[in-house]
Amino acid sequence: MSDTFLGRVSDTLWRNPSLLIAALLAPPVAWLGIIYLGSLFALLAQSFFSIDEFSGLINYEFTFKTYGELFKAYNLDIIVRTVTMALAVTIGAAVIGFPVAYFAARYARGPWKALFYLGVMLPLWSSYLVKVYSWKLILAKEGILNWLFETLHLSWLLNAYLSLPIVGGNSLSVSTTGTFLVFLYVWLPFMILPIQASLERVPHSMLEASGDLGATPAQAFRTVLLPLAFPGIIAGSIFTFSLTLGDYIIPQIVGSSRRFIGQAVYQYQGTAGNIPLAAAFAVVPILIMSLYLWWAKRKGAFDAL
Amino acid sequence: MTAAVKFSGVSRHFGDVRAVDSVDLDIAEGEFFAMLGPSGSGKTTCLRLIAGFERPTAGTIEVFGQNMGDVPPYKRAVNTVFQDYALFPHLNVIDNVAYGLMIAGQSKSARHKTANEALEMVALGGYGQRKPSELSGGQRQRVALARAIINKPKVLLLDEPLGALDLKLREQMQEELKDLQKKLGITFVFVTHDQGEALSMADRVAVFNEGGIAQIATPRELYLHPQTPFVADFVGSSNVLPASFVQTIVGITHPASLRPEAIQITAQGHAGVVRSVNFLGSATRLSVQLDAATVTVLCPLSDTAPNVGETIHLSWDGADMHVMEGVDV
Repeated sequence: MSDTFLGRVSDTLWRNPSLLIAALLAPPVAWLGIIYLGSLFALLAQSFFSIDEFSGLINYEFTFKTYGELFKAYNLDIIVRTVTMALAVTIGAAVIGFPVAYFAARYARGPWKALFYLGVMLPLWSSYLVKVYSWKLILAKEGILNWLFETLHLSWLLNAYLSLPIVGGNSLSVSTTGTFLVFLYVWLPFMILPIQASLERVPHSMLEASGDLGATPAQAFRTVLLPLAFPGIIAGSIFTFSLTLGDYIIPQIVGSSRRFIGQAVYQYQGTAGNIPLAAAFAVVPILIMSLYLWWAKRKGAFDAL
Repeated sequence: MTAAVKFSGVSRHFGDVRAVDSVDLDIAEGEFFAMLGPSGSGKTTCLRLIAGFERPTAGTIEVFGQNMGDVPPYKRAVNTVFQDYALFPHLNVIDNVAYGLMIAGQSKSARHKTANEALEMVALGGYGQRKPSELSGGQRQRVALARAIINKPKVLLLDEPLGALDLKLREQMQEELKDLQKKLGITFVFVTHDQGEALSMADRVAVFNEGGIAQIATPRELYLHPQTPFVADFVGSSNVLPASFVQTIVGITHPASLRPEAIQITAQGHAGVVRSVNFLGSATRLSVQLDAATVTVLCPLSDTAPNVGETIHLSWDGADMHVMEGVDV
């Protein structure tokens, strides 16, 4: 057998395991290294060019001028708005996702577990655009939420809320609150699943031990369950935070006319033809995520990995 | 004197499964009490009932005279050493041990001082800064012990604490646990499926079988006078002679227990064929087929063991044969 060509290849690979590893890793490393990181660096490079204000042509000389643009009030506004939204969505998803994940990890067995996975994943099976437009219908002035508030004779409450600055608007579908709700809905599964996975690894005896040593359920949650679920929450928050930072479709369809980073990138590279500024904007989420990951690592979020 | 732990008609049913079924139990203060039984016999559920992790379906549990019916685990003056130790992986050893004191609101310096003393007591001084994952099984076991005694519980519950240790370490820990119990004077309730462990450590042993207690007695009493065939078999692997056979010897129609080491190979007596021979080191274990029963015999090392298939004669002192009068045929 070993005289055949394939046989000799097998023998060689068996004698030199590193050859096999190299052969297996070459395609993905090429993909990551050339196409993925390559385009990232191309993007980075673009952000150090600038645009000539009169001709609209790109000036291929190294400059920090484009980054300076980011600090102009109207651009800074976009960044602050996007980061605040990403934070709010992340916190909201963690608060809503934790009990769901806890139930699934601790109590759901057999068909209940299947139902949990189905319930969490089902929204991911349908098109993102369809979901967002459905929410527009739900949140619209003629939508089901408005109808519900009217039926319950609570329209005054909704109107009072909508008259608030920043979060309010003409209707929920054109308010920042609407944007928040849709973000929360769309990214929630990405928060629930990592938390569930981390809670799944916490033996029940941990909580019993905590109670046994005198901790009330609230203390047990704070001192044992939350620290042990922390890596899962961080993993989930990386998804919700970065996905919200980069999204440009949801705020386009549901929300006020105030722009987010993704929309700014979309407009600067498209209609405005200002690729350098679009690139500089695109670097912002990367920087923020790097800072966030550095902070999470310092907090020990990855110690349990 | 009030009992440290008192069960009155306690049951715990999970659906149709009667994990614990009308158990009555008195554990005295300062006692080293073992709950012995095969897996699924209800001993661990009993321990969890004392700790408060389970609530009884029926009956009452008292700890030092106080009814535990509506008392949650965190308000009970009992602490548990868990089978898997349940050390908190995100805390280092000293914070694990000091956890109960932290919950009680003690300052960091005060609780670390007490925790260090507790660690010294279990011979782990200087290990405070390590993470549980950096310790061996035996060391984790000691940390779990130190953590459980730091709140000065009235009753310490131990759920198969030595189960995961190797034989040598287990024997060493048995000694240390006994010493510790004497030093602290706390009531120990110890769950194990290892009869040797129960007999060597406990003041009294409750043998569990199918959710009920088969017998509560001192180790010696249990070994010499088992009251049911189950106890005879489970504790010390005694031979259970069938009632018909006992009838031919002493004229009473009840089964009887007979310890393997009480049987001698003699020139005359009950004839039987050797079915198997197992060398154990300190003795040789024989399985001998008599007319009415198969018995296990321990043949001392000094004697020459017979071969398989050989016919031998067995006899024993009538006093060693314990007739179980409480058990019908």
